[in-house]
Amino acid sequence: MHQYEKTGVLSAKDLPVPSEKQLQKGVAILECVQEIPCNPCVESCPVHAISMKDINAPPVNDFEKCIGCTKCVGVCPGLAIFVVKVTGKKALVTLPYEFVPIPRVGDSVKALDRTGAVRSNALVKKVIKLGKTMVITIEIDSHLAMDIRNIRV
Amino acid sequence: MVGEEGDTIASALHAAGVRTLTTSLKYESPRGFFCGIGKCSSCLMRVNGIPNVRTCIAPLKEGISVEMQDKLGLLPEAAFFGEPTKTLHVDVLVVGAGPAGLCAALESAKQGASVLLVDENQCVGGQLIKQTHKFFGSKQERAGTRGIDIAKELETDVWNLQKQGKIQVMADSTVIGYYESDKKHRFGVVQRCEYQSILYDVRCDTAILACGAMENMLLFPGNDLPGVYGAGAVQTLMNVYGVKPGDRVLMVGAGNVGLIVSYQLLQAGIEVDRVVEAAPVIGGYNVHAAKLRRCGVPIMTSHSIKEVCGKDKVEAAVVVRLDENWKPIKDSEEYIKCDTICLAVGLTPSTRLLSQIGVQYEFIPEAGGYVAVHDDTMQTSVKGIYVAGDASGIEEASTAMIEGKIAGLAAAIQLRRSKNKKLLKQYREELSTLRAGPFGEKPRIAKQKIAKMKEKHHASV
Repeated sequence: MHQYEKTGVLSAKDLPVPSEKQLQKGVAILECVQEIPCNPCVESCPVHAISMKDINAPPVNDFEKCIGCTKCVGVCPGLAIFVVKVTGKKALVTLPYEFVPIPRVGDSVKALDRTGAVRSNALVKKVIKLGKTMVITIEIDSHLAMDIRNIRV
Repeated sequence: MVGEEGDTIASALHAAGVRTLTTSLKYESPRGFFCGIGKCSSCLMRVNGIPNVRTCIAPLKEGISVEMQDKLGLLPEAAFFGEPTKTLHVDVLVVGAGPAGLCAALESAKQGASVLLVDENQCVGGQLIKQTHKFFGSKQERAGTRGIDIAKELETDVWNLQKQGKIQVMADSTVIGYYESDKKHRFGVVQRCEYQSILYDVRCDTAILACGAMENMLLFPGNDLPGVYGAGAVQTLMNVYGVKPGDRVLMVGAGNVGLIVSYQLLQAGIEVDRVVEAAPVIGGYNVHAAKLRRCGVPIMTSHSIKEVCGKDKVEAAVVVRLDENWKPIKDSEEYIKCDTICLAVGLTPSTRLLSQIGVQYEFIPEAGGYVAVHDDTMQTSVKGIYVAGDASGIEEASTAMIEGKIAGLAAAIQLRRSKNKKLLKQYREELSTLRAGPFGEKPRIAKQKIAKMKEKHHASV
């Protein structure tokens, strides 16, 4: 049994980790590890980096092909895709957000990890509306790039 | 009292702060509603003198009188039915306008059959209209679309066919029974119109029963206090009627329903104290659990609710840790202050009409309870009676829609309106693809058992 089946929280060992170089380019982290019948992310990828053996298989992102375009972030029904791009000491994390109020570019928000714990402040860099899902890019310290997965406005 | 246009009596009362709608039949203990979708009996009140009105689905109208009733409620002297019975002849009667029923009606009508679609609610869409989250599945089958938007699309398709005279929709209406008839199937249908009922005698060659399911109750002291709701009822209150069910919620059950409704509660600005789950693992998708966890809501597996405290309403709950044999661990109780308990502990197929018709009927735990034995065209043991969606075994909306299409098409083929067996095969393949993964195991086993019973039944006939 995996620990996440008990806690609901994924850890680094449950996920493929991109190389430093790939992180600098910016790549999508697919936090979708179970076999569930779902495929919109595959269809959304403009460079065919995301693939799936069949509709029940977990999606796999080819970090070499991925261009970090964030198109898949707002498409995933499970709100389970995040794009991470590291630039020096700072990192940009793009995440899906379905709460009100919607933050504005330039706002300072709380940065939360996978357990909902506040780990730092974050600066809102970009807000895109995709239907009713907001795709929000925040800037945080790079050492938190693989931990921060939510914001509180 | 004032309510909003489109409210039900119960939602308006809830918005006005009235949570006690009735009392227990045996004792004086107060009761509020539980299922919120017209499936249980905990919201029965007297409306305009008529007892036993399910206020959770009865539309709010100007000038009506709503009273708490005395226990079982005595019928008034006046006759209910003002007008004589009307007879309707149709090819296909579809009971229930949720995802399965809508798809069944559309499919039959597209093949040229005349369809009557009956639903108890004021509007069609069933439970889809409260699903504000995006659906999973294949892109071709509307994955990534929110349930409420799927309902709108299906409703538009139905209205278009209604304009062409191919489908007749009867909302706010109940199929009250099945009656003996020589050639055709015969159903009694009551249409409610401004609290004046009209009785229809519906004669049809085929009927598709897509009656859905009802929320399960859990046994614990205080489970009948107003404020203990089914998860679907809470979803109905906040997502359909815009009424906050409470301020602080304890969610019981970490299957997909419990996880999704918890997240929607947070979206509505309501605090979710925690999710407790008796099983040692989370039953729902990890992606749903992860969404909740990163908002800071704890999910406690091997934990259950022990009792609910409160005088006339929920004031607190006691949760307890369970050992590996699912037995409560001594001194592990924790007292939680909350005003709402949400039960997401599974569903039971609604099959009362099917049992009255007398179809072959079996208890299949993986299907959620008693279900009608059916073949791979969704036809039951009674010729011309089909079943689809949760009423045929608890599953997802995505599979319910395909089952509806299968039943609708099969009925049209039986009526010789279509010969498209290839399409039938395609739908069946789509269904097995969606059930192929580990989360499809339970329905897969349920449907295999049903198929086996069908064979056995055939052999014995």
